Amino acid sequence: MKKYDAIVIGAGHNGLTNASYLAKAGLSVAVLERNAYIGGATVSRELHEGWIYSNCSYVCSLLRPEITRDLELPRHGLQVVPYGGSTTFMRNGDYLGSYFDHDRQYREFARHSKRDANAYDRYSADVLKQTRLIRPFLLKTPPDPTSLKLRDLKDLADFAGSFLHMGEEGLADTIRFWTKSVGDYLNEYFETDVIKAHLAGSGIIGTALGVFSPGTAYVLLHHYMGEVDGTVGAWGFARGGMGAVSAALSKSLQTFGGDIICDANVDRIIVKNGKATGVALKNGDEYQAPIVVSNLDPKRTFLDIMEAEDLPAEVVKKATNFKIRGSSGKLNIALDGVPKFNGLDLNSPLMIGDMHFSDSLTRQERAYDDWKDETWSKDPYLDMTMPTMADPTMAPPGKHFMSVFVQYAPPKINGREWTDEDKAGFEKTVLDQIGNYSPNFKDLILHCETRTPREIEAEVGLTEGNIFQGELTFDQLLFNRPFPGYAQYRGPVKGMYMCGSGTHPGGGVMAAPGANAAREILSDLKKPNIIPEGYADD
Amino acid sequence: MSELSNDTMLLETPFHSRIKELCGLNDWGNWSGYTTPNAYFDVELEYFALRSTTGVFDLSPMNKYRITGPDVEPYLNRLVTRDVSKIGINRVGYAIWCDDAGQLLDDGTLFRLSKNDYRLCAYRRATDWLQWCALGFDVNIVDETDEIAGLAVQGPTSCSTLTAMGLTDLEHLKPFGMKNYDFEGESLMVSRTGFTGDLGYEVWIAPEKAELLWDRLFAAGKQFLIKPIGSYALDIARIETGFLQAGVDFVSAEEVIRPGRSRSPFELGLAWLVDFNKPLFNGRKALLAERENGSRYRFALLDIDGNKPADHSFILKGGKQVGTVTSAVWCPTAKSNLAFAQFEMPHGAVGEKFVAEIYYQRELHWTRLLAPCTVIDRPVFNPARRRKTPAIAF
Amino acid sequence: MTDYDALIIGGGHNGLICAAYLAKAGKKVAVFEAKDTLGGCASTREITPGFEVSGCAQWLHQLSPAIIKDLQLDLHGLKYAARDLPTVALGDNGSHITLDGDLVEGAGISTSDQVAYKHFHGKMLKYANLLRTAYEQRPPKLVESNWADRLTLIKLGLGMKRMGRDDMSDFMRLILINIFDLMKESFDNPLLQGAISLDAVLGTALGPRSPNTVFSYLHRQVGEVYGYKGVSQVAGGMGKIGQVLASSARKEGVDIRISARVNRINLEGSQISGITLEGGEKIFAPLVISNADPVTTFESLLGFDNMETGMARRVSQIRNNSGTAKLHLALKGLPGFTGLTNAQLGHRLLIAPDMNYIERAFNPIKYRQYSNAPALDISVASINDPDLSPPGSHVLSALVQYAPYAPEGGWEHHKQIFTDIVIDRISQYAPGIKDQILTSELCTPADLEKDYGMTGGQWHHGELSIDQVLMMRPFPGCSQYASAVDGLYLCGAGAHPGGGVMGLAGKNAATEVIKRGKQS
Repeated sequence: MKKYDAIVIGAGHNGLTNASYLAKAGLSVAVLERNAYIGGATVSRELHEGWIYSNCSYVCSLLRPEITRDLELPRHGLQVVPYGGSTTFMRNGDYLGSYFDHDRQYREFARHSKRDANAYDRYSADVLKQTRLIRPFLLKTPPDPTSLKLRDLKDLADFAGSFLHMGEEGLADTIRFWTKSVGDYLNEYFETDVIKAHLAGSGIIGTALGVFSPGTAYVLLHHYMGEVDGTVGAWGFARGGMGAVSAALSKSLQTFGGDIICDANVDRIIVKNGKATGVALKNGDEYQAPIVVSNLDPKRTFLDIMEAEDLPAEVVKKATNFKIRGSSGKLNIALDGVPKFNGLDLNSPLMIGDMHFSDSLTRQERAYDDWKDETWSKDPYLDMTMPTMADPTMAPPGKHFMSVFVQYAPPKINGREWTDEDKAGFEKTVLDQIGNYSPNFKDLILHCETRTPREIEAEVGLTEGNIFQGELTFDQLLFNRPFPGYAQYRGPVKGMYMCGSGTHPGGGVMAAPGANAAREILSDLKKPNIIPEGYADD
Repeated sequence: MSELSNDTMLLETPFHSRIKELCGLNDWGNWSGYTTPNAYFDVELEYFALRSTTGVFDLSPMNKYRITGPDVEPYLNRLVTRDVSKIGINRVGYAIWCDDAGQLLDDGTLFRLSKNDYRLCAYRRATDWLQWCALGFDVNIVDETDEIAGLAVQGPTSCSTLTAMGLTDLEHLKPFGMKNYDFEGESLMVSRTGFTGDLGYEVWIAPEKAELLWDRLFAAGKQFLIKPIGSYALDIARIETGFLQAGVDFVSAEEVIRPGRSRSPFELGLAWLVDFNKPLFNGRKALLAERENGSRYRFALLDIDGNKPADHSFILKGGKQVGTVTSAVWCPTAKSNLAFAQFEMPHGAVGEKFVAEIYYQRELHWTRLLAPCTVIDRPVFNPARRRKTPAIAF
Repeated sequence: MTDYDALIIGGGHNGLICAAYLAKAGKKVAVFEAKDTLGGCASTREITPGFEVSGCAQWLHQLSPAIIKDLQLDLHGLKYAARDLPTVALGDNGSHITLDGDLVEGAGISTSDQVAYKHFHGKMLKYANLLRTAYEQRPPKLVESNWADRLTLIKLGLGMKRMGRDDMSDFMRLILINIFDLMKESFDNPLLQGAISLDAVLGTALGPRSPNTVFSYLHRQVGEVYGYKGVSQVAGGMGKIGQVLASSARKEGVDIRISARVNRINLEGSQISGITLEGGEKIFAPLVISNADPVTTFESLLGFDNMETGMARRVSQIRNNSGTAKLHLALKGLPGFTGLTNAQLGHRLLIAPDMNYIERAFNPIKYRQYSNAPALDISVASINDPDLSPPGSHVLSALVQYAPYAPEGGWEHHKQIFTDIVIDRISQYAPGIKDQILTSELCTPADLEKDYGMTGGQWHHGELSIDQVLMMRPFPGCSQYASAVDGLYLCGAGAHPGGGVMGLAGKNAATEVIKRGKQS
């Protein structure tokens, strides 16, 4: 039996971040990983000879720069290459491009509507207002509004203060923004279908909601938080694939003396006398530690690797009711060359960016209706990238890797598990969707890995394949994440903590939950806080 | 697909071929998405051309909106803070417009072409706001930025130059007056307006005739020592004469992200453009309340000791920061060191004295200068020829 | 020269209530109603000679008891044909369940669901009571708050604290989520889930899976806090409410003019000066209080040109979508619903067999289409109130979810098809009803807009979703009944706290007008 000061279950990016900080603070730490490789959903895998796939997460935008710098991830090999822009292809053969260059962006939007192109400035300012409000809280533990503790009251006052600072109408606009649907929100600014559809995508990625579901405007914000004041480079590809993030984190951890143990499938967290004392693996091995941190999602944490009798009944109930819905799938494709897209020059910076194929809110909403009917979208919303347009390390010269995030894909098909036939049908739907806009795309396919929620759950361990470890709806945000009373990373059992994306501030390869959890653990151990503060307003 | 190309980065104005020939420094900038010259041959000399002979500046990227329809006067009256009904036909008015909170969105010039026909020239793009303002009004708004080329022809010999080009009787045109001429079958609109605080005109023409206009103008102006000028030289002139610029001296309320960074007309010294005796206009209620309760900030012109421009300076009083500089320049003609500053109230009254914290470097050696300065009521440069009608010859 | 202290546009229930309260406070008030009947959405009308129905609002279940008391509505003739009616969720082949207060009974309902329902009902009442606290005041401003606003905020804060830590955090979680998830985590019975979900989406353009629907359910439950243990039926139909309120208002000295359509709200400079009626008559007063919805008030009556652009933009962005249509049937005889006794026929009958059924009914209106299998809230009003129809015959009315405001091609091409769809759906539960139909009439959202002057046919005068409540109702900057135009107030459902024949908008507006009068 091995002893550690702390054990982290799951070598996802948050688990590794958490462990790095604990190790840096002088604790002996081990990270236990079920798979033979680390990274969780932040991986690079060679699934076709010569090709490296970012086969799960695919964009490096939200990773907190404070953590990147503090853990010296660039020194440990992390390099982020920025996107060139963003494109939505239209059924009429045209497309809408979005560029970092403000004038070019204006001119491209003006091609579709001068008014919308002009309104975009106002829209950007208004969204940035909201982003500025939430960003300072990413690297903070959410205050508990029901608590009367001095620290919670102070944090709440800070939180409320920044809202009150916006003025009466500004505050009302903020509440409206947080509660309205992304479709309704965009309708207040724009008149052009494709512009609305282009911007709405961020409001639905990773959620089981449609563009007209109230609350989706906030999800938009969640995806905007990386892009501070339009800084180029905030959205980017990790050179070498997303695995580069976890590789850099693991090197950081090892520098501080932490252990990573792979093929260690955790059976349960051992609880004695109301205290976590270690973990037991499926193979019978046991590890002892007074601190056990789970990087797994709340359902897996409380319903799989903990015993109900060790937990208060309300926690079991809350975990059961926690919303974590499979809403997306993924295709990873090896290509023999660069596909040609309708109307797009191969040298356009848009080729180094995300591409989409839904040119109206209606199409996006109908895609959601399919999900509600428990089938995959027949006209899916895709978030497609080709990292190899900017990164030569992921495919042989002249060849390319394409990552296709697909929305929507339900966790079950008509109440039953996905079959291989379903999977083939899903794959065909997605390839056809891209093929409709790229005449040579299908001929270039050398290999395609298709992942439905079934595969994502089985392999990565995300319940239902939900990429955020829990819906980003307001009832599961901030002091409600994962559920009320447990939003400060501490579990219901002494010595047990949570550090996954199921905790504040949520998913998206941000690494903030891992760092925030470490701060709380160190505080409980009465050790000095070594987690960096968020950068001040710029 | 529309005819606008999305592959070209910056656009060229209709005068580009001529400008390129003359732009010996090859120093270019980006103005509102157009390639425009920063300087042609020497910023100082270009500036002095403006003040002593004639300087020509390409205005084409200016956003131009044609607003027509039966409700156009009430529409504009609700849009801007001054009384539009007082702008006669063939007259031009400087105007500003605000949001409901009385915070400045932009400034511009309003050309009254006929009873129900106006052109609004705005520094910022305004389609979206102009369309929102059209709720409840029968007006038609067309963005004609690309359809009209414009040149500012400014300086003591500008009237002579244009007269030599064949624009008869121009000397009788009053400031803010406007007149139409025939130019090779196209209408050439001339207004006695400008951004330099001197005698000067702006000429407007269809893009097809732009190059011809340029050629005729420079041919006619040769004897009057006409020179093209770039945006650097113009910027000196506009500060010297006390004109604000959106994005520099104030941020449009629509683009403000941080609470409290917008400004009202009162806070920018533009109270003279706000007319509470006219019908309802955007910001009226808020501005009335501000007049009642006081402003947060005050705009002031500063005359600063010494000759070091006070760019980005803090303004101190008793060691405490009470204001910041938004624009500053050494005025080559007036020989004064001028700056625009934003003061926190109650500071910045005319005659009040402060210290400007100026940093400048010579050969990588930085100096911190605490220069005494005084709030003045108007810019030093304000020549009589600016207003004189008939206009002077030289 | 002024004719009155205040003019009220619209003789809907809120307008009459506001007028009565103002008159009680000594103001000289006149009400102007475009139609020849009063009550607005609380209306009774004849669909065919001898057959009377409640034209728009169907049940009374939220009218504030304080208003009933203050305005002595009992004395003025408010009578119930039936009170506290149970709700029957219709199941296949007569296997129905009945919701009555905190009890749920019927075919296939499990004991655990019964226990859970009691618990759920109690919890919802607690939360609805918190809403009630907010509803009975003007919506507090948060930044520019004065003492009155702060008092409301303190009351709300204390109300939250008093609920206890668990309920407080649960409330904050529930208030923004959808009814679908709440039902999934609370109950197993699909009829029960469907019945509660329908309550959460009636009058909205939302489906059970749309977030914020728990809020609209709680809004409805405020009626239970007011002592309505189920819906009530007003004797003589909902139009009686208008008559009763008018009688009370007249007694307080209010002048009421019917068939007096207001065409224009007049300004003198920037100050309200009165109104102009259709026909040109001008009436002068320093205050105009509009019971019309905000869009009608500001866009049509005042005119966008008479306000600043930001406000006009706010008004133009009010969401007025409604998915609710209304069906009226005149029936030859007693309709036979499978498995219902005659007494039960007089209860509130729901066709909402499960949540996915409602969700599927909802999907089409997003694309301007109507449900192929709509959900219904049915009242056979003549069972409890035989005077509504000739002896032996009956009237049936139903709220129908979902119908779009403007289907592709216009309603004239679709109305009959949709009417048949709705009747088919009813006949699945009431076989033989088709043979009994003398007349049928379907009122689409567009018809409701026309008949009751509600923009979009939205019965709350603006969707009651979280982004349009409290200080966002009807839009930021206009939340405390007063608008940015001096002298112009709102007193209808478009103002806080919204619609549902509750009367609080009218009462709160009167309070605000009186208070401001004292301050100036």
